[in-house]
Amino acid sequence: MKETVGTTGLILNEPLLWEKGKKGRIGFSLPRQDVPPASPDPSLMGEGPDFPDLSEVDVIRHYTRLSQWNFSVDSGMYPLGSCTMKYNPKTNENQANLRGFADAHPLLPPELSQGTLKMMSELEELLAEITGMDSVSLQPAAGAHGELTGMLVFYAYHKSKGSRRSKILIPDTAHGTNPASATLCGFKSVPVKSNDQGILSAETVAELMDEDTAGIMVTNPNTLGLFEENIKKIAEIVHGKDGLIYCDGANMNALMGIVNMGDIGVDVLHLNLHKTFSTPHGGGGPGAGPVCVKKHLEPFLPVPRVMEKNGKYILSEDFPQSVGKLHGFYGNFGVLIKAYSYILSMGADLKKVSQLAVLNANYIKEKLKGVLYLPYDRPCMHECVFSDKNQAAQKVTTLDMAKRLMDYGFHPPTIYFPLVVHGAIMVEPTETESKENLDLFIETFKTIAEEAKTNPDQLHEAPTSPKVRRLDETTAARHPCLMG
Amino acid sequence: MRYLPHTEDDIASMLKEVGAKSLEDIFSAIPEDCRRKNALSLPEPLTEWELNDHMGNLAHIMAVSPEYKVFMGAGSYEHYIPASVSYLLGRSEFSTAYTPYQPEISQGTLQAIYEYQTLACLLLGMEVANASMYDGASALAEALLMAIRISRRQKKVAVSSLIHPLYRRVVQTYFAPTDYEIVELPYLKNGRTDISNLANMNDLAAVAVQSPNFFGCVEDLKIIGEHAHKQKALFVTSFTEPLAYGLFKTPGSQGADIVCGEGQSLGIPRSFGGPGLGMFATKKQYMRNMPGRLIGQTKDKDGKRGFVLTLATREQHIRREKATSNICSNQGLCATTAAMYMASVGGTGMRELAKLNYDKAEYLKAELKKAGFKISFVSPTFNEFVVEFPGKSEAAYKRLLGKKIVAGLSLGTYYPELANHYLLCVTETRSKEDMDELVGELKIKN
Amino acid sequence: MKEINELNFPDGLRYTDDHEWAKSDGDKVKIGITDYAQDQLGDIVFVELPELGETFAKGEEFGTVESVKAVSEIYMPVSGEVVSINEELADAPEQVNEDPYGRGWMIEIISDDSAEMDSLKSKADYLGMLRGL
Repeated sequence: MKETVGTTGLILNEPLLWEKGKKGRIGFSLPRQDVPPASPDPSLMGEGPDFPDLSEVDVIRHYTRLSQWNFSVDSGMYPLGSCTMKYNPKTNENQANLRGFADAHPLLPPELSQGTLKMMSELEELLAEITGMDSVSLQPAAGAHGELTGMLVFYAYHKSKGSRRSKILIPDTAHGTNPASATLCGFKSVPVKSNDQGILSAETVAELMDEDTAGIMVTNPNTLGLFEENIKKIAEIVHGKDGLIYCDGANMNALMGIVNMGDIGVDVLHLNLHKTFSTPHGGGGPGAGPVCVKKHLEPFLPVPRVMEKNGKYILSEDFPQSVGKLHGFYGNFGVLIKAYSYILSMGADLKKVSQLAVLNANYIKEKLKGVLYLPYDRPCMHECVFSDKNQAAQKVTTLDMAKRLMDYGFHPPTIYFPLVVHGAIMVEPTETESKENLDLFIETFKTIAEEAKTNPDQLHEAPTSPKVRRLDETTAARHPCLMG
Repeated sequence: MRYLPHTEDDIASMLKEVGAKSLEDIFSAIPEDCRRKNALSLPEPLTEWELNDHMGNLAHIMAVSPEYKVFMGAGSYEHYIPASVSYLLGRSEFSTAYTPYQPEISQGTLQAIYEYQTLACLLLGMEVANASMYDGASALAEALLMAIRISRRQKKVAVSSLIHPLYRRVVQTYFAPTDYEIVELPYLKNGRTDISNLANMNDLAAVAVQSPNFFGCVEDLKIIGEHAHKQKALFVTSFTEPLAYGLFKTPGSQGADIVCGEGQSLGIPRSFGGPGLGMFATKKQYMRNMPGRLIGQTKDKDGKRGFVLTLATREQHIRREKATSNICSNQGLCATTAAMYMASVGGTGMRELAKLNYDKAEYLKAELKKAGFKISFVSPTFNEFVVEFPGKSEAAYKRLLGKKIVAGLSLGTYYPELANHYLLCVTETRSKEDMDELVGELKIKN
Repeated sequence: MKEINELNFPDGLRYTDDHEWAKSDGDKVKIGITDYAQDQLGDIVFVELPELGETFAKGEEFGTVESVKAVSEIYMPVSGEVVSINEELADAPEQVNEDPYGRGWMIEIISDDSAEMDSLKSKADYLGMLRGL
């Protein structure tokens, strides 16, 4: 018999760190005291942190047990829409851990850091080629940081033309970070409704775009997993009023080698290396959010910038129109190495990545439509959005089905996003899932849809297999307990 | 390709299911004039073994220990990282998980970060710490924006000129499109911030200093905090070397309202400046104004202890343009690393390790003085201090580089008046021999 | 969520289109959110209220009500100066769910213009609006 995916549960209990340990233990090999002790001014001395004292074994067991309470890409399919949870190659981790990279001090003189600078310079070129943009800054530490950088570039661009625009257009399918990033730069968000096809219409944009609007922030493919077909027309309209096009590149996994973002009118694009370029998410970060721009916006990119001069690399501050620095040093360099390794491992096969990502999503869409309600029945890109409308009669919600998926050994899809679909279920399988895995996921969802009819209470009670069941988030927010 | 599991048969049968003829055909939704005309021009894919060689060559030309003796801190510190921490961090259940939006299957990440929040509070003497910011620099920018939000009326912040110069530049970037104003506080001859002008500023939202500051000197936080509060401003303290609080008084105990800084020292490799760990903590009364994610303790349906992301209404995905910050992805795995490190070193160990850093720096200071060098500032320091290399200091610095010794950071770039002054750092990783060698080499006249 | 006929709307209060209620008592007006609003929001976890002495115009935002995953602004039914706030809500926001017209009240103001009260909806008008939603 073929083994089915599921959990049978070997879940060990483990207390909080400070509920174990004993004063006098240590999990660290203290270096030798090879200099005489000095005596600090007693008035400066504190008491030292009241941390628990643990042995190395205590620490190893603690975190090993905790780790086993986590779902991860390495344990199973993680079809989290908008997040591109693809497999994170292990060789990339090895490369980032190489001593020459991991131990490098960021302020070493350039002649002693040619390896890191060369890597950064090459990565910039590779990303420019993949996106079809002209120049790249690797400094932003995450997607939202990249958005902020992009909005600062918008601000600096208009300022260089002597104007201060106050508004920015943001479609209703945008990520929540978009309006928050725009606000930091003083732009007021003007929402743009998508049409009945789930995409932007050029006419709607034309009505809203004016000389006080800095530009538009589009996500393409958008958060419904649909390609913004009218993007070129929209770019013409926005550029016609001297506005700029920002593209949230969180969904770039659909378009590598397929669309040249520079050719469709995009002026600024951020990438999420922790999505498209396979670097691990780390339970929330660190990511990296490089920003790619067209030639005319290059002067505004953050400094310092890596430059090549006679085969030697230097860091240059010589960009008077630059928006400045966004990060204490040069961004999440360790993440950059992993993305660089990935790109070198894939080469032009990156196009295949996008093709298979899109194939996988369309396959799921075709196989699950009907079981789940599909609000926009059109060819999708790398993700597709369903809803719980078909289960409404049984009073089974998106949340119930998501939680039930856990009992079957899958991470739930993104739920209740995008907001334009009521009860959204957003599935992004990514290219690294095989057909067998997709079939298992599809079968599982069919089983859950059956359960919704025959035994809805089982879904309301789900999950029952993981370490804990549904948690009381209301009490957590009413009476916050944020430290132990 | 080993990351792509599809066989030709798989592709053929899947294409049939979706009603497409070819892999090109599935992109029918993209208009012809939006398609890329030329193929990706990228190098041939490397095999795993070729990649090892290529990356090995790049890493090999970097100047790192043990070949090089790097006496440089300035916001990025060399500390020993126990094998146990690197090993645990490599557990892919932590590294390949997403943000813990589904708490039932993310309790590992959630408890680990909750423990991090707690240890961070204990280390900094604060009541609430968030799950992390990008780095020390952006944490400072966010702290100042938060102070302005809390004050509601004031738009001006006073920032010490002894806060890391690169952090101050990041603050300037964040402030550029706003009408908020930054006033710089000068420094005194003793290497501490000059707050004598504070009394004349009564429209401040915040007063921000770093301790130990960029010159390595410990600030008198208590006095500065009192002055800040007298002006009805919030007291923001920044740091680049959290290990100092293993020995010295916590910023919280000295009156800080918001504490922010870089936690790279806590078990995270320098990695050419990132990823590090933006630490951010405040008092409970300000928690709803905090940026970033927070994890809270609660119970499940059966009454079992569990953890969830909480107070999310502050964040961008809910409050959108009115959010306390736009931050989404943070430095979660680095926060987990820091917790593993703090747990390994422990309370007793943190004290001893901090003391060792202090002792070593004091030793080098004393040896340099003996050799006739001038320590530039008299205020007490932790593991960094400024020394003056008289005369043609640049030539000496270069000569030492040739001997694979990096003799600190030249301050002239950041403080033009301090040409010939160098910021030296000594942690537990520098042996007495290393320091004796440095002093010996410096004594040699060029 | 409840059906409209399961909800409670006391007589003698005035209601707004944004689901606040106002109750006048001499020149003072007490303000909160309706049973319908609390039911729609679900478990309320935090109520942000203004400071004493702040003044607001009719229709201006004076605070927010938060559930676990949503934030809603609350608006002034009539203009005036805040003279009292319900401090119990800081520790017990659930009172808004349990007793929206009693222990769940939010602020009390001195009204600038008593005629403004008359512009608000009666119970019947408010119910009519809810049925039309």
